[in-house]
Amino acid sequence: MIIGSRPTKFQVVIDKNQCMLCGRCVDNCSYGVFRMEPEGIITNTRNCVACHRCISQCPRDAITIMERPCDYRSHPVWTAQVKENIFKQAESGKILLGGMGNAQQYPILFDHLVLDACQVTNPSIDPLREPMELRTYIGKKPRQLEFIQKSDSDISLVTELVPNLKLETPIMIGHMSYGAISLNAHKAMAKAVSDIGTFMGTGEGGLHEALYPYQEHMIVQVASGRFGVDVNYLERGAAIEIKIGQGAKPGIGGHLPGEKVCADVSCTRMIPEGSDAISPAPHHDIYSIEDLKQLVISLKEATEWKKPVFVKIAAVHNVAAIAAGIARSGADAVVIDGFRGGTGAAPSVFRDHVGIPIEAAVAAVDTKLRRQGIRNEVSIIASGGIRQSADVAKAICLGADAVYIGTAALVAMGCRVCGTCYRGLCTWGIATQRPDLVARLDPEEASHNVKNLIDAWTLELAELMGAAGINSIESLRGNRDRLRGYMLDQSMLDVLDVKAIGA
Amino acid sequence: MTTITIDAAGIHYTPLNKQIRQAVRDGASEIILKNVMGQRFIGDGLIGNVKITIHGVPGGDLGMFMKGPTIEVFGNADHAPGNTMDEGTIIIHGASGDATAHSMRGGKVFIRDDIGYRGGIHMKQYQDKRPVLIIGGTAKAFLGEYMAGGLVIMFRIQDEEPYAEMGLASGIHGGEIFIRGAVEEWTLGIGSSARPATSEDIDRIKSFISEFSQYYGIDPVKLMNSSYTRIAPVSARPFAGKYTWE
Repeated sequence: MIIGSRPTKFQVVIDKNQCMLCGRCVDNCSYGVFRMEPEGIITNTRNCVACHRCISQCPRDAITIMERPCDYRSHPVWTAQVKENIFKQAESGKILLGGMGNAQQYPILFDHLVLDACQVTNPSIDPLREPMELRTYIGKKPRQLEFIQKSDSDISLVTELVPNLKLETPIMIGHMSYGAISLNAHKAMAKAVSDIGTFMGTGEGGLHEALYPYQEHMIVQVASGRFGVDVNYLERGAAIEIKIGQGAKPGIGGHLPGEKVCADVSCTRMIPEGSDAISPAPHHDIYSIEDLKQLVISLKEATEWKKPVFVKIAAVHNVAAIAAGIARSGADAVVIDGFRGGTGAAPSVFRDHVGIPIEAAVAAVDTKLRRQGIRNEVSIIASGGIRQSADVAKAICLGADAVYIGTAALVAMGCRVCGTCYRGLCTWGIATQRPDLVARLDPEEASHNVKNLIDAWTLELAELMGAAGINSIESLRGNRDRLRGYMLDQSMLDVLDVKAIGA
Repeated sequence: MTTITIDAAGIHYTPLNKQIRQAVRDGASEIILKNVMGQRFIGDGLIGNVKITIHGVPGGDLGMFMKGPTIEVFGNADHAPGNTMDEGTIIIHGASGDATAHSMRGGKVFIRDDIGYRGGIHMKQYQDKRPVLIIGGTAKAFLGEYMAGGLVIMFRIQDEEPYAEMGLASGIHGGEIFIRGAVEEWTLGIGSSARPATSEDIDRIKSFISEFSQYYGIDPVKLMNSSYTRIAPVSARPFAGKYTWE
């Protein structure tokens, strides 16, 4: 008790004049904030995580949630978060874990980049009238094409093409495992990507039978724990992704706590119920870039060279050199996950301090691969902190072929980014396996929301391209000339290979 | 009984695997591969009940993701035979490299001689799938690290002094390891514990001792009558106490 109670993070206030005692807040809160008493609804405000489920369900707008109504003495260095972390570690002696992505106030490079538009000298294109080509192919492109002229003067292609994924929009949903999120969340996203004609990742949780109808739009993941990986799983995926690292926790493995391993999760991961699912930090059959090549090829051999194989890495300091190695490993795409990427749980010290932002990483990788003349060998998928269509357009200008979204898709299903995924009590039925909570998320309805979001971003992308006088996504890719840096220093502009505003 | 013989001399692994798959599709019950010289991925992702006999030295990832076949190698094997294997049997008349039986999910791998580092690392079991790795010789460091299920038996036929390689079963949270003879205390990694095997324990592994002895023409009596050390996890949740929430 040396440290004692801390100020509550959130204060929940019920306006008694508005409250009609319907009790929906009591039913909806899985964190135990509300209880019905004869004198009205009583709150235990310390339990609140600000997930806003109660607010969303209150028919009378009677609930207000205030953040830190009683705060610590303000200090620019010894912030509330810094002090609370010290309190917790002083009491426990343990590693701090947190949910969701990077919570530090780093400048966001996307917000220091602006897009271009046509004025007078070249006309913009009206996407209502002109076709805008957003279709994107992910995978190896041949260096050159060879043809032969047949006797009947017909021409045929000699070059053997390797399988690519065909995306109707350059937006995919990244890997969030079944286990970390619920089956209804997976179903909703799987239905959405199938309807749109794009893809989503399974994460390292295996593929639940309920998702088999959508398997042609699923990218199956092979991570260091090899959970749920067998020939059947590999055969079902449209592509296979080897997960080396993750932006939220570069360099370390993952632990799905035993309490999240329920009967169904146990079945798709193929591990006993209630046991921890531990993914080691490295793949223990990959200790070098040569070993990575061996895993890439082994997956291709196992699936008779019919599936593209992606390699996902966290964006770290030498990301460009690493990606150049991956491009030579036989992989068809490299996924780069920036340090703002989300997660169910990660040690906060990694989440907040390890890795680099996706903007710089994509620019560096694209530049390196072009200079080495191997850009055609792999597609680049940018991931980690893509919040809006402008981020997609900017990532593509910096050199990405497509993006993965994660948190944005969850927000489309109700997530308020409360960052408490690791508790397994998600009131929105997303990051939980508790049947009563999962049942709150209607997969049909949620799939409409996710589809709407991606459709809306796709429309906005088409508008942005049209305004820039570009009618094909290929002309936007790596087109740094259509970006300008706003309040970025020269060294940053050099890395991004972007001119300053006005230049 | 249809036996197909393939001369693997000078053939790259991709066409070799294609020929093997075609033979299985054509209904072969036994495939004999001659002059194998380092071809990787033999039997990778192969499904069926076929028996593959290999003369020579196969390359890495022998029988990776394999589901059902039996592979018998008259020679040594390279890196990670039985990697993420699902069902079936691999019998190696020789030694094998690092990461033997890595992440194996089911089936049996027998190695007559020694294996390299990280043997049986992250093996796991689920319901009736219980992978078994049996080593006649000895293993380098990190045997059974991160093991989540399954069974490892190591006979150390040539050795009588206590086993002394670091990181034995570190992070183990399922399954069990039997090592003939004693194990130096310091070899045990985080999360593992060791005790002498009981007669009930030995009864459970007797069928594997017999199977091993049969494949290699060894008299099982010495192995049956030896004392063993059993290594198992302290807990199914080795990392539960490492973290606190933000």
